[in-house]
Amino acid sequence: MATATAQPANKTASSDVERRMLRQMLLIRHFEEKAAEAYALGKIGGFCHLYIGQEAVAVGSLAALRDDDYVISSYREHGQALVRGVSPNAVMAELFGKATGCSKGKGGSMHLFDAEKRFMGGHGIVGGHIPLAAGIGFAIRYRGGDQVCLCYFGEAAVNIGAFHEALNMASVYKLPVIFCCENNRYGMGTAFERVAAVTDVVEHACSYDMAAELVDGMDALAVYNATRRAVERARKRGHPTLLEVRTYRYMGHSMSDPLHGVYRTKEEVEEQRKRDPISQLAMKLKEEGTLDQPGLDALDAEIRAEVEEAVRFADASPDPDPAELTTHVLAD
Amino acid sequence: MATLTYRDALNQALREEMQRDPDVFLIGEEVGVYQGAYKVSRGLLEEFGPTRVVDTPIAELGYAGIGVGAAMAGLRPVVEFMTWNFAVLALDQIVNSAAKMLYESGGQIPVPIVFRGPNGAALQLAAQHSQAWESWLAHIPGLKVVAPATPADAKGLLKSAIRDNNPVIVLEGEMLYNLKGDVPEGEHVVPLGRADVKRPGRDVTIVCHSKTVSVALKAAEQLAEHEGVSAEVLDLRSLRPLDEAAILESVARTNRAVVVEEGWPHCGIGAQVVDVIQRDAFDQLDAPVLRVTQADVPMPYNKQLERLAKPSVERVVAAARRTLYLD
Amino acid sequence: MEALSPTMEEGRVVKWHKGDGDAVKTGDTLAEVETDKAVMDLIARADGVLRQVSVAEGQTVPVGKVVAVILGPGETSAAAPASVPSPRPAVAAATGSGERGAVLNVGSGERGAVPSVATPADATRVKASPLARRMAKDAGVDLKLVTGTGPGGRVTKRDLEGRAVATQPAVQREVPLPAPRSPVVGGGGAAYDDVPLTQIRKTIAKRLVTSLGPIPHFFLTTEVDMERAAEARDALNQQRGDQGKISYNDVIIKATALALVKHRACNAWFQDDHIRYWNEVHIGIAVAVEDGLITPVIRNADRKSLVEIGREARELAEKARSRRLQPTEYTGSTFSVSNLGMFEIDQFTAVINPPEAGILAIGSVTQKPVVVGGQLAPGRRMRITMSCDHRVIDGATGAAFLKTLKQMLENPLAMLL
Repeated sequence: MATATAQPANKTASSDVERRMLRQMLLIRHFEEKAAEAYALGKIGGFCHLYIGQEAVAVGSLAALRDDDYVISSYREHGQALVRGVSPNAVMAELFGKATGCSKGKGGSMHLFDAEKRFMGGHGIVGGHIPLAAGIGFAIRYRGGDQVCLCYFGEAAVNIGAFHEALNMASVYKLPVIFCCENNRYGMGTAFERVAAVTDVVEHACSYDMAAELVDGMDALAVYNATRRAVERARKRGHPTLLEVRTYRYMGHSMSDPLHGVYRTKEEVEEQRKRDPISQLAMKLKEEGTLDQPGLDALDAEIRAEVEEAVRFADASPDPDPAELTTHVLAD
Repeated sequence: MATLTYRDALNQALREEMQRDPDVFLIGEEVGVYQGAYKVSRGLLEEFGPTRVVDTPIAELGYAGIGVGAAMAGLRPVVEFMTWNFAVLALDQIVNSAAKMLYESGGQIPVPIVFRGPNGAALQLAAQHSQAWESWLAHIPGLKVVAPATPADAKGLLKSAIRDNNPVIVLEGEMLYNLKGDVPEGEHVVPLGRADVKRPGRDVTIVCHSKTVSVALKAAEQLAEHEGVSAEVLDLRSLRPLDEAAILESVARTNRAVVVEEGWPHCGIGAQVVDVIQRDAFDQLDAPVLRVTQADVPMPYNKQLERLAKPSVERVVAAARRTLYLD
Repeated sequence: MEALSPTMEEGRVVKWHKGDGDAVKTGDTLAEVETDKAVMDLIARADGVLRQVSVAEGQTVPVGKVVAVILGPGETSAAAPASVPSPRPAVAAATGSGERGAVLNVGSGERGAVPSVATPADATRVKASPLARRMAKDAGVDLKLVTGTGPGGRVTKRDLEGRAVATQPAVQREVPLPAPRSPVVGGGGAAYDDVPLTQIRKTIAKRLVTSLGPIPHFFLTTEVDMERAAEARDALNQQRGDQGKISYNDVIIKATALALVKHRACNAWFQDDHIRYWNEVHIGIAVAVEDGLITPVIRNADRKSLVEIGREARELAEKARSRRLQPTEYTGSTFSVSNLGMFEIDQFTAVINPPEAGILAIGSVTQKPVVVGGQLAPGRRMRITMSCDHRVIDGATGAAFLKTLKQMLENPLAMLL
């Protein structure tokens, strides 16, 4: 799945880009649904954090990047990996722990990597990768390049020390990093309001004298445009940006957590479903005449087939050789 | 050959490596303008500029993470901690990011980074500033850990560490920085993972590293002078990987061992050395392997109490004598 | 389950005569047991109440397994061991009242007294460093005979090297000897005395069993004309006056050592897969001690003077008798000599001391009628019998050695050749 390279200056993307975005969102959606099924069947072990509902964030933001930019994310990164171009086969195989997985079966759901696509993981410690993003930005600036580093994290990570230290230094050193906060309101089972003195994440930016923008995360195009602005700031002037992208996850924090009932109501989830980003974009495309229902159905079927193939591929793939237990501990 | 302090040997190593490879940079608190908290980085800012010698806020986790991120993107950072006591804050980046990155990415992303700084006690710095962190770090697969005891080893090991494509921990010492010694000039590289016999002997092997090497050497002198005992002093230099072959070769000759370390006894580096010996040199042993460690207490402030807590020449001599059934 | 026959390994309970809760008296038949030889009675060894009967009629159990318990008056059932770990057969254990000297004198055969409570295994375990163990094994030294000077009596390297590094007195390891007791055979007088084996007896027994049995001995006897040896000896002793007498044995030891130098093939050790031909000659001399025999070693006997040999032999014998011999003083011999001449034994065969390949048995020097130049005359003769390990020494080899030895003794100057 190629990402867009040069962006047109006007605010609305071409219908090509929109169609591509829809396709990518559908891919994420169907992939995650299949992953949920596979998890329930025991083919995926450990933790599995699904992106269902947040598709527009990954799709919109990554559409603004170049192939030579860097992307780094947390443990809820299946969506970003797929959009960045890691094949569904490689991602599903990794979830199944197979040797053909993008991390050779040794990382799993939380540690998807693809060095060639500059997809720098997949990290399991909340907020732990935010300083890594700053470090990547540091390397870009050190070499005098114009790449950017796009870093995804949830709103709960805003409370951890690593966030503060990284953003401070990104601003002090002027690092080309886009800190993209996917605010889905809940840190596992805790509503953000209960644990954050300041609930508008963008407000934090002023502590670091950093540019910031609040974005509707259910609107892929809005995300796209905001990211473009941040990319430009980083590329042209080497300055970081904090984006607060308000989104929602329809599933539980992970496959092991409840959808609702304990910390949020079923009604709330259903209300949010009405704002489903895929439906929104699909509707927009239909209204624009870019896509009709049969076209949409065909696209949907195509994606489902692609995902089914990914499952088949993963099922048929071998486990890593036992000798792989002790490889890659140290580099040569 | 030149006579240098341990500090200047490190400085030389940093300078040479930064001259040799433009991807090498230094980052940490006070490394630039202040010329280094312990003056290890003296003159480097002037020579290499602020892009390559980076002063940081007091944010160990943050700047250690920046180092790791930069390494992921292909640079070769040297991250300085003012002391390893403060690096505890950065352990998430060292242990969860740096050490595991190559493995969890299926071999795709190496992290060629050096974390260095003074380790262990100095004089009367009290509990929070005196801990020896070897065991915590040597425990982690994915890391390499070295502890040079002499200026020559400091230069040689730091150069190797910078050139190594893995995260390497370099444990120095405030009390070592002023130590003088011969240092070969130019390309002096000491391989990681190799111990060094600092004093050959026949009757007992004293295994040690870092500041305990000088304690062991003094003990060996005393044993020779007063007891006619010839002690071999084996400086581990490398804690992960451990030079098991050197340890076993020495004990096979002497049939007895005393392991000295600055850390606490419980689960210390010495415990690992003892395991190697009892497992693979069992039939060569004429006596149980004994350990001399810091007393199992937080380091006290009072001078006398601190001296009691630290491994001393007397305790090493006593242990050696016990392995010889001399007491 | 007792060993009711010398070869019994297990017994089958045919019929219980007493049951759980029955009062029993010493000597009562508890059950009939079928052994490998006959049906025997299992007898009560104490008074009390029979409890914890754990084996049914028709069941077969190994010797040593506890089949029931006799509780003394006022005792409640205690946890009895599943089987009694002593090497001798166990009895229906009487709990609570401490040890009972139990004797198995059932039907056939007589047996020695054993303590009914097993001696702890630790009493016979030797503490030695791994290195010392290895050194002892390589040198063929029995660790049980080595005094350990390490903590808790640990045998260490220096104990096997004999280095005087210790600054504290050597700790004599206590070897617990079970006190000999007289047996009780259902009342009445003692028909015999059972004396448990002392450590030295055990060792001798163990070593002999590894000698005469496995080693293919053959024997060569020769009669030596000791006339000139006797004259030479007497002359020497005259000369020396009260500087100390040379004995026949000293001369024999010296001659033997010199003869071995010329016949290396006899100065050897049999090792499992090779023979060690020694270039040094260390002669073990058999010395009788209070309850046995020990063989201190005169090292490099070929290079020592008669006076030295004599002095050492006396010193070693004295040390042996007062149990003060160090391991280095009684190990490492390459060949042994045993002399029973002082007991007026004409001739005997000695048992080889493994891993050596040969031993000489020296008889007494006696006046006997001999033929000289066709005429009968009195002559002083001595018989030597050499025992050879046929795996190392063949007939001709041994004979050649003996011939050289005989020549040396019959003409002492030949020792200087």
